[in-house]
Amino acid sequence: MKSKSLKETIKSLEAKKISIKELNDEYIKNIKEKNNLNIFIHFDEQKIIDQVNKLEIDNSNKKLKGIPIAIKDLFCTKDMPTTAASKILENFNPTYESFVTQNLLDDGAVFVGKTNCDEFAMGSANNTSYFGNTINPLSNDDEPLAPGGSSGGSAAAVAADLCLGATGTDTGGSIRQPASFCGVVGIKPTYGLCSRWGITAFASSLDQAGVFTNNVEDASILLESISGFDSRDSTSANVNIPNYSKNLNSDISGKTVGIPNEYSIEGTPEEISQIWEDAIKYIESKGAKIKKISLPHTKYALPTYYIIAPAEASSNLARYDGVKYGFRADEINSLDEMYENTRGKGFGKEVKRRILIGTYVLSAGYYDAYYLKAQKVRKLIANDFNDAFKDCDFIVTPTAPSAAFPLSASQDDPIKMYLNDIFTVPASLAGLPGISIPFGKDKNNLPLGIQILGKHFDEQQVFNAAYCLEKSYE
Amino acid sequence: MNNLIQGQKHEWEMVIGLELHAQVKSNSKLFSSSSTKFGSLPNSQVSLVDAAMPGMLPVINKFCVKQAVKSGIGLNAKINNYSVFDRKNYFYADLPQGYQISQYKYPIVGEGTVTIDFKDGTSKNIRILRLHLEQDAGKSLHDQNPSKTYVDLNRSGVALMEIVSEPDIRSPEEAGMYISKIRSILMYLDTCDGNMQEGSLRADVNISVRKPGNEYGTRSEIKNLNSIKFIKQAINYEAKRQIDILESGGAITQNTMLFNTSTGKTRPMRNKEEAHDYRYFPDPDLLPLEISSKEVEEIKSSIPELPDQLKNKYMNTYNLSNYDASVLTTDKQISDFFDQTINSDLELKESAKIIVNWITSELFFLLNNDNVDISNSPVSPSNLGQLIKLINTNVISGKIAKEVLDEMYKTKSSPIQIVKKKGLKQMTDSSEIEAIIDNVLNENKTMVDQYLSGKDKLLGFFVGQAMKKTKGKANPKILNEILLTKLTKKNQSQ
Repeated sequence: MKSKSLKETIKSLEAKKISIKELNDEYIKNIKEKNNLNIFIHFDEQKIIDQVNKLEIDNSNKKLKGIPIAIKDLFCTKDMPTTAASKILENFNPTYESFVTQNLLDDGAVFVGKTNCDEFAMGSANNTSYFGNTINPLSNDDEPLAPGGSSGGSAAAVAADLCLGATGTDTGGSIRQPASFCGVVGIKPTYGLCSRWGITAFASSLDQAGVFTNNVEDASILLESISGFDSRDSTSANVNIPNYSKNLNSDISGKTVGIPNEYSIEGTPEEISQIWEDAIKYIESKGAKIKKISLPHTKYALPTYYIIAPAEASSNLARYDGVKYGFRADEINSLDEMYENTRGKGFGKEVKRRILIGTYVLSAGYYDAYYLKAQKVRKLIANDFNDAFKDCDFIVTPTAPSAAFPLSASQDDPIKMYLNDIFTVPASLAGLPGISIPFGKDKNNLPLGIQILGKHFDEQQVFNAAYCLEKSYE
Repeated sequence: MNNLIQGQKHEWEMVIGLELHAQVKSNSKLFSSSSTKFGSLPNSQVSLVDAAMPGMLPVINKFCVKQAVKSGIGLNAKINNYSVFDRKNYFYADLPQGYQISQYKYPIVGEGTVTIDFKDGTSKNIRILRLHLEQDAGKSLHDQNPSKTYVDLNRSGVALMEIVSEPDIRSPEEAGMYISKIRSILMYLDTCDGNMQEGSLRADVNISVRKPGNEYGTRSEIKNLNSIKFIKQAINYEAKRQIDILESGGAITQNTMLFNTSTGKTRPMRNKEEAHDYRYFPDPDLLPLEISSKEVEEIKSSIPELPDQLKNKYMNTYNLSNYDASVLTTDKQISDFFDQTINSDLELKESAKIIVNWITSELFFLLNNDNVDISNSPVSPSNLGQLIKLINTNVISGKIAKEVLDEMYKTKSSPIQIVKKKGLKQMTDSSEIEAIIDNVLNENKTMVDQYLSGKDKLLGFFVGQAMKKTKGKANPKILNEILLTKLTKKNQSQ
C-alpha cells in the first residue's frame, strides 16, 4: 500500500520497498480513473513513463527522486504545453522551464501533468477555465462542487490522490482557498521567496508560487525545493532558505498568537466562526498566548485588491495579441481587427471583465482616484500587519468564508465570487506568507480551513504553527 | 538675435521644444542580454524577454543606467537618486509586450542646460527638462510583401535616452545647433554613437508660433526625424503652415504630424482626440532605481573632458575665438584631429587659428564632397601640420597649398614630397623675381605709364602677370615689395 505522505514515500523509495515505476504506475492509474474530475489540462502517460525510465537509471541523490508532482498550468514547462487555461495559449509550447518547475526537476520530481485552473488564474471556483470546470473530488454524485480557485486543479489533484504534491500560484488566495475547499494543505510563501520567472503573469506585484500537499511536513519539504533567489526576477528576494522540514517543531508554547477583530465579519456562517474558535482554543491549550489584534484597514482590502490586480493584469495580458505566439483569429483585414478578434475570441468572460476593470482604473482621469489611492491603501494594510506583528508571532484566521460551494452556484455573480477572497487578500497585499490547513468540517461534512499568517520570510513559524494545529486532528 | 519671420500680415516667432531619442551605447539591451548590434539579420538578436514570452521578466542593465547618469552629468543636469520605471501601454505589432517600459513621473535625470554658440560670438542656454531611460520598439516592415507586414524585433528593448528640452528654441538653426551640441556631448561621453543615419539619434519636434511677446500658441508635434536637415525643413514647413492658418483666421489643432522627406511637407498622423491614453503605471516587475550620491560621484570622476571644457581650453591656450573653438568641439573626431595636428610639431603651437581654418574650410570641403568622416581622412593630422609649416616658412604660398592639399587628399602623400615632385617650391630668390618683374614691366610699357599717371589699380595687373610667369610660385610678399620699389623708382625718375 502506498502512503499519502510524500515524506513516507521518499523513505519507501529509498528503502526500495517500492520502485519509482511502481509508484508512478499507481498514480497513472488513479489519474485515468478520476478523468471525470477534469483535473488535468495536459496528461500524457508516455511522458510520465519517459521521466520514470530516466530516473530509474539515475544514480544520483535527489531529494524528490521519483515523487509524482502535478503542475498548475500557469508554470511554463519545456516538455509539456502551457495554456494558463486559456484559448489564447491553447497550443503554446514554451521552449523554457520556469524557475520553480526547474527546481523540482533538479530534485528528481516526476511531473504527472498540468493541472486545470481559472483562466490566467482569475477566479475562485475554477469555473473560468477554457477547458471546463474541475470538479472537487469531495463532491457527492448528485451535486458537483467547486474545488475553489484559481489553483483548483492542483488542490483537487492532491485531494484525489493523483500526486503527492502540486504547485500552485496565489495572487489573492488562489492556493489557500482551494486548499481549504479540497481539504488539503496549501502554502503561499512571502512575496519574493520563489522566483516568478516562467510563471504566466496575472498580477506581478501579488503573484507568488506555492505548493499543495496532504500534510504540513510535506509542504515544508516541497517549499524548500521551489524557493530561492533568481537574478532573472528583479523582485526575487536574496535570502537564505532555511531547512523548513528539518526545523519543523510543533512546540508553540510561549508564542503570541494574533486574532484580528476585523476578521469577524457579519454573515460569516456559524460553523466557520466555530472552527476558528476551536483552533484558537487548541493553540492556547498548547501554551501560546492569545492576543486580540486590530488590522483596521481590512475592510478596504478587497476593493484595493480588485483595483490593483486587474490593473496589472490589463497590462500583463497585453502581450497576447496574436502577433508572436498563441491563438490568432482568422479572417482579419487590419491590425486592429486582428487584436479585436484575437483577444475577443481568445479570452474568456472573466478575463475580459478584469482587463476592462484594469484598463478603466488606469485611464487618464481615473488613475488618481483608483489605482493611486489603492496603492496608498495597500501601504496602510501592510502597515497594519507590521504593527500587529510587533506584538505577536503569527496570526490565525479562517481561510475562506464558506466550504466548497456547488458548481451551479458559482456562475455569474462576480462580486459574490470576489468575496471568497476576503480573508486571503489582505496578506497577499502585504506580501506575507500564509498557509491553509484543513480544520474541522461543515454540516455537510465538507472540510473547512484555518489560515496562519506569518511575518515576512518567517515561513518557519507559519509551518510550526500549522504543524501544531495539524496534530489536533491526527 | 532676431529670429522673427514675416508672414503676410504680422511678424511671428517660432517656439520649439525637442525630444531627442538617443540610443544608449551598450552591448546589450536595457532589460535583456541580447546584442544591440546594428544591421544584423532580422530577429537574430531577440531573447525570450524581448519577444515578451509568457512569464518572462525584465532585469535592468546597470551599464545603461551608468550611461544615462553620465549623460545627465554631461548636460549639467540633476541626477535623481530615486527613479521609477513605468509601463506605457499601447498596442502595436512591433511592441511585443503591449507596453513600453519607460520612465514617466520619476526620471533618472532632471533639469539641466546646454549652451549653443553662434557665429557672432554670442551664446544661448537651452534648458533641459529631463532625461529618462526607455525601451525602443521593434520595426514593422511593410514593404516586404504586398499583403503582409513583417516584424523585426532586433531593436525591441534597446535602451534609449529621451532628452526633453524646454521650449527655448526659436529657429530651425537653433534647433540644429542644439542637436549638434547634444550629439557632441553624448559622443564625447561615449554614451551614444551619434549616428543619425542608423537612427541612433532621432528627434520629435514640438513647434508652435506666436506674435512676439504673446502667450505660447497651440503646438503640433512632428515625429521621428533623423537628420538635422530634415528637422530644419520640417520646422520651416510646419511654421509656415501654422502662420498661414492663423493669418487666414483659422486655429491650430493640437496634432501629431509626420514629415514626408520626399515632398518636404508635414501631414497629420492623429489629433488630440485620437491621442493614446497610455495608462502609465509603475512596472511591478521592476524595483525603483536607486543610485547613491557616492555612485554618482564615482561616475562623475570618470567623465572625460566635455566639449564646453575643451572649448574653453582652446580659447585660453590657443587664443581661438568662441565660435572657432565651438566648431572644433562639435565632434570629438574633429577636436581629436585638431589636437593631433597641433601637437604634431612644436613649431605649430602658435598656428592654431590657421589650423582651424584649414580643417574647417579646405579639409571639410574635400571630406564632405566624398561623405568621409574626418577620422578616416586621407590627409593625416601630421601631414596637415607639415603643410601649414610649409606655408608658415614661406616654402609655398597659400594658393599653392590648396593645390598641394588636393594632391595629399588624392594620394595620401606628404606635402613635402608633393612640393618636391611637382616643383611647387615658392620662388624666394629676389634676383630671380626681379628679373621676371623687369620682364613684365618691359612688356607692358603703356600700362606702366598709365600707372604712373595715377591709375593705382593696375598694380594688381602687374602682380598677376608676374605670378603667371612664375606659375604662382613666387613669394607674393617679396614680389609685391620688389614691384613697388621698382615702380616708385620709375616715378621718381620721371
